[in-house]
Amino acid sequence: MSVRINVLDHVMVPNHQVMSEEEVQNLLRRYDITFDQLPRIYHDDPGVRQVNGKVGDVIRIVRKSQTAGIAEAYRLVVRRPKK
Amino acid sequence: MPSPKRIGKIKFGLLSPKEIRTMSVRKIIWADTYDDDGFPYPQGLMDLALGVIDPGLRCKTCDQKAADCPGHFGHIELAKPVIHVGYTRLIRKLLRVTCRSCGRLLLSPDEIQKVSITAEDELGGDYLTEKDIKKERSCPHCGEQQLKVNFEKPTTFSEVLLEDGKKNEHKLTPADIRARLERIPDSDLRLLGINPEVARPEWTILTVLPVPPVTMRPSIILENGQRSEDDLTHKLVDIIRINQRFKENQDAGAPQLIIEDLWELLQYHVTTYLDNEVAGCPPARHRSGRPLKTLSQRLKGKDGRFRGSLSGKRVNFSARTVISPNPNLSVTEVGVPLSIAVEMTVPVRVTAHNLEEMRALVLRGPERRTLKDPCGANYVIRPDNRRIRLGGENLETIAEALEPGYTVERQLRDGDIVLFNRQPSLHRMSIMAHRIKVMDGKTFRLNPAVCPPYNADFDGDEMNLHVPQTEEARAEAAILVAVQENILSPRFGGPIIGGIHDHISGIFMLTHDLRWFTKSEVLYLLKFFEFDRLPEPGRIEEDGTPRWSNKQVFSMILPDGLNMVFRASSCINCDECRHTDCERDAFVRIIDGQLQTGTVDKKSIGAFDGAILNRIIRQYGMDRASRFIDDLTRLSIRAIMIDGFSFGIDDEDLSKTEYGQIADELVKAKDDVDRRIRIFEEGQLEPMPGRTPEETLEMQIMQVLGKARDRTGEIAGRHLGLGNSAVLMAVSGARGSMLNLTQMAGCIGQQSVRGERIMRGYEERTLPHFRRGDRGADAHGFILHSYKSGLSPTEFFFHAIGGREGLVDTAVRTSQSGYLQRRLINALQDLKVAYDGTVRTTMGRIIQFEYGEDGTDPMKGSFGDPVDVKGLVESIIKEEV
Ligand SMILES: [Mg+2]
Ligand SMILES: [Zn+2]
Ligand SMILES: [Zn+2]
Ligand SMILES: [Zn+2]
Repeated sequence: MSVRINVLDHVMVPNHQVMSEEEVQNLLRRYDITFDQLPRIYHDDPGVRQVNGKVGDVIRIVRKSQTAGIAEAYRLVVRRPKK
Repeated sequence: MPSPKRIGKIKFGLLSPKEIRTMSVRKIIWADTYDDDGFPYPQGLMDLALGVIDPGLRCKTCDQKAADCPGHFGHIELAKPVIHVGYTRLIRKLLRVTCRSCGRLLLSPDEIQKVSITAEDELGGDYLTEKDIKKERSCPHCGEQQLKVNFEKPTTFSEVLLEDGKKNEHKLTPADIRARLERIPDSDLRLLGINPEVARPEWTILTVLPVPPVTMRPSIILENGQRSEDDLTHKLVDIIRINQRFKENQDAGAPQLIIEDLWELLQYHVTTYLDNEVAGCPPARHRSGRPLKTLSQRLKGKDGRFRGSLSGKRVNFSARTVISPNPNLSVTEVGVPLSIAVEMTVPVRVTAHNLEEMRALVLRGPERRTLKDPCGANYVIRPDNRRIRLGGENLETIAEALEPGYTVERQLRDGDIVLFNRQPSLHRMSIMAHRIKVMDGKTFRLNPAVCPPYNADFDGDEMNLHVPQTEEARAEAAILVAVQENILSPRFGGPIIGGIHDHISGIFMLTHDLRWFTKSEVLYLLKFFEFDRLPEPGRIEEDGTPRWSNKQVFSMILPDGLNMVFRASSCINCDECRHTDCERDAFVRIIDGQLQTGTVDKKSIGAFDGAILNRIIRQYGMDRASRFIDDLTRLSIRAIMIDGFSFGIDDEDLSKTEYGQIADELVKAKDDVDRRIRIFEEGQLEPMPGRTPEETLEMQIMQVLGKARDRTGEIAGRHLGLGNSAVLMAVSGARGSMLNLTQMAGCIGQQSVRGERIMRGYEERTLPHFRRGDRGADAHGFILHSYKSGLSPTEFFFHAIGGREGLVDTAVRTSQSGYLQRRLINALQDLKVAYDGTVRTTMGRIIQFEYGEDGTDPMKGSFGDPVDVKGLVESIIKEEV
């Protein structure tokens, strides 16, 4: 028997959120980039699964930073390539 | 100059037999090269249609002469197909995923849907691999039972047949394989990541072999007039010979066995022609036994085409020679030998404004015999781009003809900016821009304070110098690469340039405690320092002569208004600090640019520490800081010369009392060890938690002996005060430590291998000099002598064991960290911080949304923190924070 745990509850796991369509558009405009210039994250990443991210979604990751206190990163969900 | 061309696209694929025949200008059928008259054989390997290398002949294809003909490909028709070694893994994969009968993928349409990429999700997914197909199934299309395909290096493929429960290997010939690959439909290839338009898999089995132009395998004529052919030509000769023999045997209807042998031989020659270092294949050798350098060997490795010829080009306008020190130079300068300065040039465009000056340069020509001679010019470039070498009679005529539009290549002179570099170039400070000072001698001269960033010393190190040739390059060098712009290291946000060795000893000797100098002594110390007037003397002697304190002298080179309070390197962190009353004078207090108490040492001015230097950079800027380093190096060298400074063997001498004390200490330690061994052998030793009694004993012995060694050091230290050069260097941080001194004068101590006493050697003993089972101190590598007193033979042997481990460790570490560095740099070299603060690749992909997450430059921060709050507060309240 296994217990479902929420990985985001763990202290070492930073906060993941799926960004809305509008937020994504603003993000792309802010950095003047296209989708494929975003950093990536695999669709089966435990953090992505927890927030129900689908391939093509952009995930906002808010994490503690040694230098800045709090830092945000944005990652595009992609399918994990096979070995 | 023709405008640079833009590459539209690059296509990677395989050469089809058809393409090979199309690009071929000649079918090669003869293995011979030149006839008896030295003329190339028609249809031989040196056929005139393949290009020419002999001067005087003309190419039969393009009708150009030797230097202009680029060379042209020919071809050899192979009697039977052979496998290309470079594609064996691809061939293996294709044989395993396709049907042996109908050639289609061993997947039903449904399965293909499941595992392969679909049109709609373009962001990911992958091509089919061997793992997607279950082993030894039957074909979903034609029902054929599949067989296991075995591959044996370098080029053997076989099918495993199961007959009456027995395994039977059946070899696949290249022709069989080619037939199977031909059957794979284009649509299935796309699913495997192969574009059939440029790479049909059967093209990996060669039926026709391109013969490279003679220009890429020229023959050379030896001194004795004999021709020596290139390794590639040798290999091609082998291939044609075997090919010929194969055809003859085939036509004569030779038995199958002979045909198979020849086929394998042909395969071997083609394989080694492509790559002579294949696993499982003996390399083809020259008559002398040297392995041949074939196609793959030309490209691979350090001296290969990529790393050797394309990335590793040699550069013009550069010089290299041995380096030597000169503390009177500024850190921003570099001394360049006259012989180099007259050889290297800077191009100067002639304008209406510098016409007369340029004329004078040209008139002087390339001759420049002494340092006092003004700089001349070596070349003049006319507006039509003709270069004229200056010299002899032509000087006056050319000077006369000079007018705007000409360029004069002027020799180097004082003040020219150059890039100076020492390999390995591991960080940005490995290349810095210096100003030239033309000097006598044959070495580059530099201020020893810039040694740390280059990691240079003067035991024969050589360095490179590059002369920027354009205005833009010189501006970049001066603004970005100059030494004073690189005093702070981005590695730790502190100064990496600063005093070393004698600078620290000298400044320590100058500033320690309180000393009074006469006017002439002060002027001697400050001889190289520019100042308007001496400060008020700190003291007037009874006879009325003025005296200045050592701290006043040092304060002369400090900027006005500097406030600092900190503890020097020589501070021993007493339980209760007595601040300005410190008996070691280790509490540094600088108020308004005046050193009030404390000794200036490594902590204040040393490279990597440099607290004073660091504050000057923050408060007064880079230029003031580089001036401070210059003043400091000159002052400290003068200061060390007042008293003189040396170290000799008698500096390690102690008195009889100390020697007695040290001997007593060591005897006591030995007795203690023996006592503990006895307790252990009686089984009375209480083991420590989680340890065996043996381990406990070992730890105790190490501890006792370690303490004994330290105590001998203390005894020696008590005798040797700051009057001893080694102690002074250790205390000030200039070089060495008190441990070094302990080992020289007191006791070297325990030698260890992997942190344990030395245990290896013979049965239950390290050397035949000891009894079996001896656990005593001297039997396991404790050295009770000092370097001064000398070691006993067994001690010397143990010392060599311990020393070897250190040597091996450093060798392994440097090679490993070097490779790590190479990989890291290869991965990160093209990333840059864009104007919006993001870190991006050359394609604009984002790596970091804000550099370092906070967007701060580590060089502008202070030892890792964005702002040096402590330093700011300190300089305002003028107290230690
Ligand atoms: Mg060296
Ligand atoms: Zn030609
Ligand atoms: Zn089939
Ligand atoms: Zn103190």
